[in-house]
Amino acid sequence: MDKDDTLTLAAGRAAAQAAAETMTGAQMVVRALKDQGVTHIFGYPGGAVLPIYDALFKVEGITHVLVRHEQGAAHAAEGYARSTGKPGVVLVTSGPGATNAVTGLTDALMDSVPLVVLTGQVPTHLIGTDAFQECDTVGITRPCTKHNWLVKNVSELARVLHEAFEIATTGRPGPVVVDIPKDVQFQSGPYHGPQAIHHRTWRPRTDPDTASIVKLVEMMAGAKRPVIYTGGGIINSGPEASKLLRELVDVTGFPITSTLMGLGAFPASRPEWLGMLGMHGTWEANHVMHDCDLMINIGARFDDRCTGKVSAFSPGSKKIHIDIDASQINKIVRVDLGIISDATKALREILRFWRLQKHQVQSEALKAWWHQIDQWRAKKSLSYRYSDQIIKPQYAIDRLYALTRDFKDVFITTEVGQHQMWAAQRFKFEQPNRWMTSGGLGTMGYGLPAAVGVQMAHPGALVIDIAGEASVQMTMQEMSTAMQYDLPIKIFILNNEYMGMVRQWQEILHGGRYSHSYSEALPDFVKMAEAFGCVGLFADKPSELDGKIKEMLAVKKPVLFDVRVDPAENCYPMIPSGAAHNEMLLSPDEGGDISDAGKMLV
Amino acid sequence: MHDTKIKLADEIERHTLTVLVDNEAGVLARVVGLFSGRGYNIESLTVAEVDPTTRTSRITIVTSGTPAVIEQIETQLRRLVPTHKVTNWTSQKAGLEREMALIKVAGSGDQRLEALRMADAFRARPVDTTPSSFVFEITGAPAKIDSFVELMRPLGLVEVSRTGVAAISRGPEAM
Repeated sequence: MDKDDTLTLAAGRAAAQAAAETMTGAQMVVRALKDQGVTHIFGYPGGAVLPIYDALFKVEGITHVLVRHEQGAAHAAEGYARSTGKPGVVLVTSGPGATNAVTGLTDALMDSVPLVVLTGQVPTHLIGTDAFQECDTVGITRPCTKHNWLVKNVSELARVLHEAFEIATTGRPGPVVVDIPKDVQFQSGPYHGPQAIHHRTWRPRTDPDTASIVKLVEMMAGAKRPVIYTGGGIINSGPEASKLLRELVDVTGFPITSTLMGLGAFPASRPEWLGMLGMHGTWEANHVMHDCDLMINIGARFDDRCTGKVSAFSPGSKKIHIDIDASQINKIVRVDLGIISDATKALREILRFWRLQKHQVQSEALKAWWHQIDQWRAKKSLSYRYSDQIIKPQYAIDRLYALTRDFKDVFITTEVGQHQMWAAQRFKFEQPNRWMTSGGLGTMGYGLPAAVGVQMAHPGALVIDIAGEASVQMTMQEMSTAMQYDLPIKIFILNNEYMGMVRQWQEILHGGRYSHSYSEALPDFVKMAEAFGCVGLFADKPSELDGKIKEMLAVKKPVLFDVRVDPAENCYPMIPSGAAHNEMLLSPDEGGDISDAGKMLV
Repeated sequence: MHDTKIKLADEIERHTLTVLVDNEAGVLARVVGLFSGRGYNIESLTVAEVDPTTRTSRITIVTSGTPAVIEQIETQLRRLVPTHKVTNWTSQKAGLEREMALIKVAGSGDQRLEALRMADAFRARPVDTTPSSFVFEITGAPAKIDSFVELMRPLGLVEVSRTGVAAISRGPEAM
């Protein structure tokens, strides 16, 4: 920060100090939310947050969405945040309210989603006495938040609330928790606006170092077999990053792949797009990663789902890693050039220096590289055997994709498992912020509440949760939330009666002993949908699928569509655990022995 | 070409790190939780507020790990919101490391005399004396305290209380 900034800040502080208004802690919460531009909060009331709920009563400009379980509130806020780029806000009570939100907090931490979670706490004089609905919320949430606070004094509340938004949204985004005891909500104190608040130490670095960018463009100019490998960092950086990424591919013609979290940053319809990489990535994406001579990682973190066996990961390449979080660089894979930067800023500088220094790509080498890539593509690694007897899950997703092309804006959320991978492989995204899935934590039950959050933010859009019948039952009760707020979300269940990914691994690794992965007593999803007041649909023949999908899309209410799919279908291609990118299996016929070390991996 | 693998065979090294943090509620739990949550070692830990006006605390940690792990520990510590600064005294900057210990020895006759003579040689001073025991106060590098404790063992060592390491840079500059 330079001196002028400091002066302006000091002046701002002084002005705000003078203008400080007195109000109760509960009123401060509502006021701070308004001053932060919050229009939606996802919550569930309880004893320790009643003063805040009282302050929210009939307040204008903030819509409160009453969920059916606090985990749902956190995932809905994640869906809201990831589809808008704004922080998601959650309000829950003490004790079980806070502990129920923990899965959502961890999910948001793993996937870098900005959440501000406000929890009620028992009054300060009862803290530590095992009071009713007391839990050590800051203790429990410390490892699953970017930062958290227990506010014991109302005079600190305004500062903490504004700092909470600053920390959740700047640098690498993430969830924060502000724990507010009930007596603090009742007490009166001075309120300061956000312009007066700036955290003492939090100064995330977001500008790339110029010398490194110069080196990077030189490496690009020398590359014969380059690949751009992008992740959720591009999405989190905002839509500008996706625009610049397209420009980078325009000027270089480099092939590009992405992690699960980064889908949509680059249009899937463009020829440079290789598809997703990793355990269930395409043959071409993984072979390009393995054989490249230059890897440019922008906003991805060399997750184990993407790298496969680390010691055999892309053995012949120079590696560049651009990440806003310094701790990600050299964490899993040693790189030749690490750049700590926001993706937008880094991309802008890369393009500027590429043009300024009039660099050219190695066009002959690149042509040969594309020739090789075309051969890998010819494997058509996402193909499957169609059946006219039984609905193949891949076919169901292909039809869903085809029949939603006329909609202006389509948002997809997913649960976790085989259906998630099929959706990631086959649903083609052209824009960022349209794909909401639980990547890092792999939270079954994420998709339905996330769809609620997305639809809240985008009332006119088509929002579909591509689900599995096992996952969706984990947060099924949020159907009721969808009804209450007239959210016409579509829950498209690929029902194979199994926890499909568990079954697939049991088949491959545990001799086909399907221990407790079959659901023997599934509900009648159609009747269940009707019980919630939603519309239930059912299909088990390929011939009826199109008609039923059209019916689902035409209904202006929440729909639960029970699509009965082939229970034996496995998700391919697949890098078996402990194997390298060039050791992919294309189909079950290939077998493929998994080492004992591989079996130990998850 | 760079070896992409983090070598598992890399030697385990011992490093002393100092972390300057805002002294806010739970800050020590954040630091300690980071170590336990990510499976890093803590060999010793010393913490106290060093500037009451800015409410800054200084945490000195002796840890061990491969160079890659030590690098991760440093970047993970920097990522904590209340962290101002992290300095590695083993790989980054020349520092002085000192530890204080209180050591209780009980005995009589020649053993007692021998303990007192050794203490003198190590510049440990008796801070509590009874006819049958001494408590010695000793300050120095951790290795010096280790040797002193070993010498006291056959001479009636009862118990040891150590503070953990405090560290500061050499020369005129701060950390």
